[in-house]
Amino acid sequence: MQKLIKNLSYIWNKFRDSQKLFWEELEEQMIANDISIDTVTRILDKVKSNVYSENVNNPEEIKALIKEQVIKILEINGCSRLNTSDVPPTVLLIVGVNGSGKTTSVAKMANLFKNDGKKVLISAADTYRAAAVEQIQYYVDKLGIDMVYHQKLSDPGAVVYDSIEKAKAKDIDVVIIDTAGRMQTSHNLMEELKKIKKVIEGRIRRGVDEILLVIDSTTGQNAKNQAELFNNSLGLTGIILTKTDSTSKGGIVLTIKNDLNLPVKMVTDGESLENICYFDPVEFANSLFS
Amino acid sequence: MFDSLTAKFEDLFYRIRNKGKLSPGDLDIALREIKLALLEADVNFKVVKEFLENVKSKAAGEEVLESLTPYQQVVKIVNEEIIKMLGSGSGGINFASGGPTIMMMIGLQGSGKTSAVIKLANFVKNKFQKKVSIVAADIYRPAAVLQIEDMAKNLGIEVFSDSNSDPVDISVRGVESFKKSGSDLIIIDTAGRLQIDKVMMDEIINIRKKIKPHEIYLVLDSMTGQQAVNIACGFNQSVEYDGVILTKLDSDTRGGAALSVYYIVKKPIKFISNGEKVDDFDIFYPERIASRILGMGDILTLAEKAEKAVSEKEAKRFEEKIYRDELNFEDFLNQLRSIKKMGSMDKIFSMLPIANKNKLFKNVSVDDSYLVRIEAIINSMTPEERKKPHIIGGSRKKRIAVGCGCSVSEINRLLKQFSKTKQLLKQFSGMKGKFGLPLGNL
Repeated sequence: MQKLIKNLSYIWNKFRDSQKLFWEELEEQMIANDISIDTVTRILDKVKSNVYSENVNNPEEIKALIKEQVIKILEINGCSRLNTSDVPPTVLLIVGVNGSGKTTSVAKMANLFKNDGKKVLISAADTYRAAAVEQIQYYVDKLGIDMVYHQKLSDPGAVVYDSIEKAKAKDIDVVIIDTAGRMQTSHNLMEELKKIKKVIEGRIRRGVDEILLVIDSTTGQNAKNQAELFNNSLGLTGIILTKTDSTSKGGIVLTIKNDLNLPVKMVTDGESLENICYFDPVEFANSLFS
Repeated sequence: MFDSLTAKFEDLFYRIRNKGKLSPGDLDIALREIKLALLEADVNFKVVKEFLENVKSKAAGEEVLESLTPYQQVVKIVNEEIIKMLGSGSGGINFASGGPTIMMMIGLQGSGKTSAVIKLANFVKNKFQKKVSIVAADIYRPAAVLQIEDMAKNLGIEVFSDSNSDPVDISVRGVESFKKSGSDLIIIDTAGRLQIDKVMMDEIINIRKKIKPHEIYLVLDSMTGQQAVNIACGFNQSVEYDGVILTKLDSDTRGGAALSVYYIVKKPIKFISNGEKVDDFDIFYPERIASRILGMGDILTLAEKAEKAVSEKEAKRFEEKIYRDELNFEDFLNQLRSIKKMGSMDKIFSMLPIANKNKLFKNVSVDDSYLVRIEAIINSMTPEERKKPHIIGGSRKKRIAVGCGCSVSEINRLLKQFSKTKQLLKQFSGMKGKFGLPLGNL
């Protein structure tokens, strides 16, 4: 991940004579991190009013003020732990657009839970993409865990139904459901997800413990549309931010938290199954400003 | 795609249009709005800066301010500049002379390379009647090779791979073997990689050295944000590519990445990919997308799709039938299937040039399953019933309802709709001589 603002003291000196240009440059740098204009404006307006009311005039203090605002956004209702159920199995539903990294994230989470001593089952509910089941099969064999799958193009709702029944019968602690990638704008495919959610809730007689949207960190402003539309259809509980080992910056995280109050819960950053961790807002803010 | 940018410009120009004349202050407000719109569309901020400089100097140079039609003037300038950003001339394939054309696809993980490889192979096979084969050199992602083999099998396309070998060796041997078997086009699919991953970038550098592909394409997700420029530059520094394939345009992305990439890397966008189906793939036309951004709709693409779906002869026959009032359910079914060939209703709708449609139809979603239900009902009719809808009485309705698993009232609704449509079509076809409505095509 890159820094949020590259060289504040340089900008400060460069635009010594023009407050307007200084703030515009800051605004640009933050937008260059894929933060939405709304969020940038909201952050900078607060920082500005602090700067003027307290007569701040050195770049380090301004940096600290921006960081303060960023942490504030990330920490409002800042529970980033995963919900688990007292009555097993805990059910996690993983959704997202094509190519965001759902299947890899599912495998990484399975590994994480397994290392925690939990019994894990993967439900291969992507019955659409060619070889999706085989991809999961590879991970399942590697980890030595259970999986449930049906034929290609079969009803994903039925896969999920069977998965939860099997989990109950075999005393599984965590069921992780991998779904087919879909565009948030596809009405029919979003309806399919609603149905899957209904099937789960019918089987476990409570809400789904976690419905997590997987977002590729290189995504731009469209990430907000994704979060908004998936949330409208399903009621998301959080975000998994993937591919943070790229050059992408964390801007979308701020926008989504600020506008939709959806927390990032997990972050993935590499090709290995171990490359996953829980999201830490303060650490994240530090990495933006270090 | 590009919906919001279109909406922004529509709002903006509506305001300017109502004023009739543009003051210097108006121009600044307009430029500020354009700046925000472009940034929100993920156009790189450096590109936006240059873009605005260009528009500003052009606007001043062409005396927009004194012009009596400032609206048209600004639209014209913005439109021209966007087309310039998107690259001049539409893409296409440069086939090698003598021997097969060799292509290599590169890109980040999850950008859509494998789907693009399959879609491009299918596109070339159908459009140019060429023999296309694929070398699957992604040995890292589990089941990636299987994914290609599975999809290629249905399309009758040969695939070469070897799970016990490395990507460079697979590429060399795959290309050799397809050269011998007389392929016209060989496409190499590579694994997804980060442009900053030295080891992985060295791998594609090596493949390029050994194979010397005629064309290398970068596959780029159209939802990519400000990073698009770094990705495009990073790959280009290691493996200079010839063009870009822009994927996932069926999302509601505003697609600013497309604007930035050409502007900065000067590599044309060759193809676009926009759906789950193998056929959802096309050549990239900058003019069309620019006009779409400006709210003029993508009517050219739509017309072309309609043409592909309905032959002229069919259309003519249909028109005559309307005129003689002989339209029946057989024709209706044919039309339904033609529409389905054009893509999902949402996609067709998004291409229609209706001003402010995003606002007017904000909550409208067109449900494709409705068409499927109608098809099911018609399929449950006997050939005679389809030809003479008027004979469908109570007991026939009951039988049809059982046959397609819907209620009698749904069948009543369809019959009613059908006779209404027939009347309407007849009226329209009467006007055809006067207004030249292209009804037969739709």
